[in-house]
Amino acid sequence: MADTHSIIGTKNKKGQTYTDTWKMMNEAPRTPSFYTGSEVIKEAIRRASCDVMIAYPITPQSEAAALIGELFAEGYIGDYFRGESEFAVMSQCAGAAFGGARVFTTTAGPGTMRAMENFPMWSGARLPIQMIVTCRGINSPLSIQPDTLEIAYLLNTGMLVWHAETAQDFFDWILKGYIVSEEPDVHLPLALCCDGFFVTHTKDVVNLTPADMCLPPYDPYRSPVPCMDMECPPVRMMRDPFVMKSNYISYATHASWQQEIWAAVERSRKHTIHWLNGLIDTENTDADIVIVASGTAVSQGREAIRMLEDEGVRCGLVKVKALRPWPEEEIRQATKNAKHIFVPEFNVTGWLAKEIRATVPNSQRVHAGPHVCGGMTMPPEIIVSEIKTALGMKTFSMAGRGS
Amino acid sequence: MSKERIQISEALYDIMPSDYQDLVKSATYGKEDRGWKDIGTSKELIEQHSLCAGCPESMAFRYILASLPNPEDTVMVGSTGCTSLVFPMVAVHNIHSLFGNQNAIASGLKRALSVRFPGRVKDVVVLAGDGATVDIGLDMTLQAWFRQEKFTTICFDNELYANTGGQESGLMQKGFVAKMAPVGKLFDKVRLPEIARESGCHYVVNCTVSKPSLVEKVIRNAVHVAREIGPTYLQLYTPCILEIGKNSMEGLQEMRDSEKPAERFAYKEYISEPAKQLLAELAAKDKERKAAAKQLAGQASA
Repeated sequence: MADTHSIIGTKNKKGQTYTDTWKMMNEAPRTPSFYTGSEVIKEAIRRASCDVMIAYPITPQSEAAALIGELFAEGYIGDYFRGESEFAVMSQCAGAAFGGARVFTTTAGPGTMRAMENFPMWSGARLPIQMIVTCRGINSPLSIQPDTLEIAYLLNTGMLVWHAETAQDFFDWILKGYIVSEEPDVHLPLALCCDGFFVTHTKDVVNLTPADMCLPPYDPYRSPVPCMDMECPPVRMMRDPFVMKSNYISYATHASWQQEIWAAVERSRKHTIHWLNGLIDTENTDADIVIVASGTAVSQGREAIRMLEDEGVRCGLVKVKALRPWPEEEIRQATKNAKHIFVPEFNVTGWLAKEIRATVPNSQRVHAGPHVCGGMTMPPEIIVSEIKTALGMKTFSMAGRGS
Repeated sequence: MSKERIQISEALYDIMPSDYQDLVKSATYGKEDRGWKDIGTSKELIEQHSLCAGCPESMAFRYILASLPNPEDTVMVGSTGCTSLVFPMVAVHNIHSLFGNQNAIASGLKRALSVRFPGRVKDVVVLAGDGATVDIGLDMTLQAWFRQEKFTTICFDNELYANTGGQESGLMQKGFVAKMAPVGKLFDKVRLPEIARESGCHYVVNCTVSKPSLVEKVIRNAVHVAREIGPTYLQLYTPCILEIGKNSMEGLQEMRDSEKPAERFAYKEYISEPAKQLLAELAAKDKERKAAAKQLAGQASA
């Protein structure tokens, strides 16, 4: 099988040129295009040299999943089908990845939860599957509205977890995500999350790489575990089937493998920093007040900062791009001057604030909020109001909010 | 033939485990007419196993692995249960991921192998217990058949959850008293062979593993039909002697008793029309090959 380097510059069956990823992402000309987030997912996958995509309908990812089907019909993807449930789809993705394919799928909210048993299995089996999570409510009564609670459940699966703010992030990170995920010292699945509707269903100008360039194909033999295709020796994998045995060797084997998964998450740090230009972005972190956020809460935070500036309150911003690996040192550094750290979130429990509290010294500086959930939008005014209240400044009451 | 894939570097030969050396020396990868008769004269594709003494499942494993028509290009998919104690000792690539998702794994796997190796044979064979196939995994079992996924599903039917200690399963007989069926199972054994036929399987067999020659025949047929036409299903009785109160040496008799004409494991098969045609063609080719070999042998001795 041709290795990745010798294939650069050759063409695939659609006439796209396999291109060095760094050149494609950082040097190739970009075309501004006005697309929905779902269309941007399609355009990224058009350039991703995917072998298999497996789809299932659930709002708000259905459109993206169906658009990938169009790519299959056009011949850009090796195989594509609709599975019968998210649990099955994630297992089908696993099967395809075990067989050496570059795999893509998308899900949301209750689908993420239904499929949950698969995710630690994906990491444990070192399958570099990419899953787009277009977050939505998972509560009962039924909700299809944006809400990021499901991300909290993904954080301890051993998957890489990134949280995109914009459609541009999405486009770039889908492509870069495969490169980080498939590094032999990482070889882990990636949950690439965004806030459903806000990113998937709104139009934005996104700068696209040329459509005639695509990622080098996945090489399943650049892997820490054998590919299940009978192209390499079928070694007996274990002397004893210790998997379910109750003895010290069994415990030690399982323990060391779990440690290895999290070591691989750690090893992804250097690649993620390289490709995403850091795990966080920062603005004005010398200010007394810093907003730390991920996803579209970053956009709302940025707007709140502009509004506060008009009132003479200076405020910094930390955009958390990667949640796993967790940017512990980066967040400590970026908030070292802050007297107040605000964490606006689109979920009821405030999982990001909890992570940050566990990260920074003097965690009483962390204000967990504002929170909105259940599909509510987060007007920048409520972030402004939260900050001014904490500072003892007078705020306008917000109609209908009972304050 | 693909034994070159398992060759050992000369410099490392003496440090390889002896069972691996044996695989290289005398396993039957690539042997055209491999079958159960190779057992005893060649290295089997299963090493030691940790099942209970006398477990019919161990016989089933040995016959199946001896009979796969193309083990050098076969990937097996298992599930959680007693079978998952055996798979680590099986010398074809095999996957365990979760309980019940075996037919979903196999669907993705078969498609990936078809994308990656166009024009080459890569067989996929699922082997799981009845809890995995019929209870927790039923939706994925059936949906793979509805989609006409081209792989073989083998169910080791021991009519209960053996590995967790003998609980009621959907394939348990009605009235059987077991854990979680304290007053006896209240509904009939699920009729999966019939469901398989109605769900689009092209070759369905319900039998025991008492006769190795029969196991060899149905495995070869099931794999060939799945490769060329569509899904196939084998339901094999592998009684859990431990949980039905039998002794180690009684497994074979239990199977013989259960395959009598009026019993629930009397041999039953369904073959679709396209599958019948394929099997007839394969049988004709086989006959031709044997006749040619005989002629050649005759010439040599003349």
